Amino acid sequence: MIDMQGVYKTYPNGVTALNGIDVRIEQGEFVYVVGPSGAGKSTFIKMIFREEKPTKGTVIVNNHKLHDLKWKRVPYLRRNIGVVYQDFKLLPKMTVFENVAFALEVIEETPKVIRKRVMEVLDQVGLKNKARFIPDELSGGEQQRVAIARAIVNHPQLVIADEPTGNLDPETSWEIMKILEEINAAGTTILMATHSKEIVNTIKKRVIAIEDGLVVRDEHRGEYGYEI
Amino acid sequence: MTIASVGAVTTTLILVGAFLALMLNLNQVAGNIEEDVEIKALVEVTADEAQVDDIRQQIENIPEVASVDYSSKEEELNGLIESMGEQGETWEMFEQDNPLNDAFVIKTADPLDTFDVASEIEEFDNIQEVNYGEDVVQNLFRFNKYARNIGLALIIGLVFTAIFLISNTIKITIMARSKEIGIMKLVGATNAFIRWPFFIEGLLLGVLGSVIPIAAILSGYYYLDTNVSQLITFDFVSLMPFNPFAWQLSLIILGIGAVIGVWGSVMSVRKFLKV
Ligand SMILES: Nc1ncnc2c1ncn2[C@@H]1O[C@H](COP(=O)(O)OP(=O)(O)O)[C@@H](O)[C@H]1O
Ligand SMILES: [Mg+2]
Repeated sequence: MIDMQGVYKTYPNGVTALNGIDVRIEQGEFVYVVGPSGAGKSTFIKMIFREEKPTKGTVIVNNHKLHDLKWKRVPYLRRNIGVVYQDFKLLPKMTVFENVAFALEVIEETPKVIRKRVMEVLDQVGLKNKARFIPDELSGGEQQRVAIARAIVNHPQLVIADEPTGNLDPETSWEIMKILEEINAAGTTILMATHSKEIVNTIKKRVIAIEDGLVVRDEHRGEYGYEI
Repeated sequence: MTIASVGAVTTTLILVGAFLALMLNLNQVAGNIEEDVEIKALVEVTADEAQVDDIRQQIENIPEVASVDYSSKEEELNGLIESMGEQGETWEMFEQDNPLNDAFVIKTADPLDTFDVASEIEEFDNIQEVNYGEDVVQNLFRFNKYARNIGLALIIGLVFTAIFLISNTIKITIMARSKEIGIMKLVGATNAFIRWPFFIEGLLLGVLGSVIPIAAILSGYYYLDTNVSQLITFDFVSLMPFNPFAWQLSLIILGIGAVIGVWGSVMSVRKFLKV
């Protein structure tokens, strides 16, 4: 599903964020990416939905060669990948329903299909009764659930989350993890960067640790391994 | 900012419209006069028939020449008598002892070549003189050329200013919506999908900016057509008729407005989407 070989990334300002990464992730896996701040976790994740392009090396996702994917094809790649961020990235003036529907409008689904599918995923994340709210009227955890609903609304094979619980209190974080586990149980691959020792050590999954742009550890049912 | 950019389009189009109206009318006048431009080459009285044939041959060999007509001195005199009307009768006494020359009347394919062709013919043997109304023709051509070039430069400058202002206006809208655009891209929106609202906005700004210029052109030209036309007495000087000219001009102005708006939007969005 994801195959990275010898991936280097040097940003235009000269900072080298990735230093030769080799990683394979199979369909249906649940993978944590851990490591200190500035280690290159976000850059690693951005390689997978072509937010950034590798300076060197190959990145293959869903049989697409992202290292030489044409710029015009990027939108079509993204439709098969759900992305969740720490800061939710919801549109403040739109309702919960509209925020989720957005991802389907972009691919020009019919209003009827959109309506049905959006209510379905809102139900899945437990927000069916808040469809008409705007993001400001929701708690952080609820906003993240909206973002997750938007990420999965077009049935992607892969969901990528960059510190999805970074802004949430522990209790809310567990709710989010429960939803991600359910999505994973249905067969969707999940790749999640996190700083939460509790989560990684409690919900045991594969752990890839990155330091200074290199994979320093890759264990199934691994530990968080850092003190903070 | 929106008002400023619509205003820029309006100003541009009013100037472009006025200028186009002027240019197209001047062009028509110039065209009328150009049509009438001909070179008259007078043959030496001493030339015999073979030499005259030779001259014709040489003139016909000049590539720029479109037509050559021979006019004997008798024909020349008749033409003169006719053109003088009443007074022409006094010239009739010359019919026995005609002081005029045989002549060739030459037209060039492109009136702009008149000067060069005339000087070339002047060099031929047995040519006494070449006339083509030098001063009028040259001045007219020169004026037309300058007017055209200056006007074109002016229009291009104005159009680009307007495009720049529109693209700036749209850039501000884009900045305001940059978060939204980022999210659209995140969920897989194509650039075309993201672009079209801005495309529409540009089009609207451009079309909005052409409303006043079109009204000004239609009413202004109507006034000229009804009041000024009668004052012009030369037969080669005439205004293009209001219908269809003013309407066509309005359509052109609308088109330029739309192009300015769309181009402005495309420019600003393109920069933004490349990221
Ligand atoms: N867009 C960027 N331009 C320049 N440098 C960047 C950019 N993004 C990240 N970096 C740098 O790359 C390194 C890795 O960053 P990042 O991948 O965000 O790490 P992490 O997510 O593990 O904290 C850092 O030194 C960071 O400053
Ligand atoms: Mg990060």
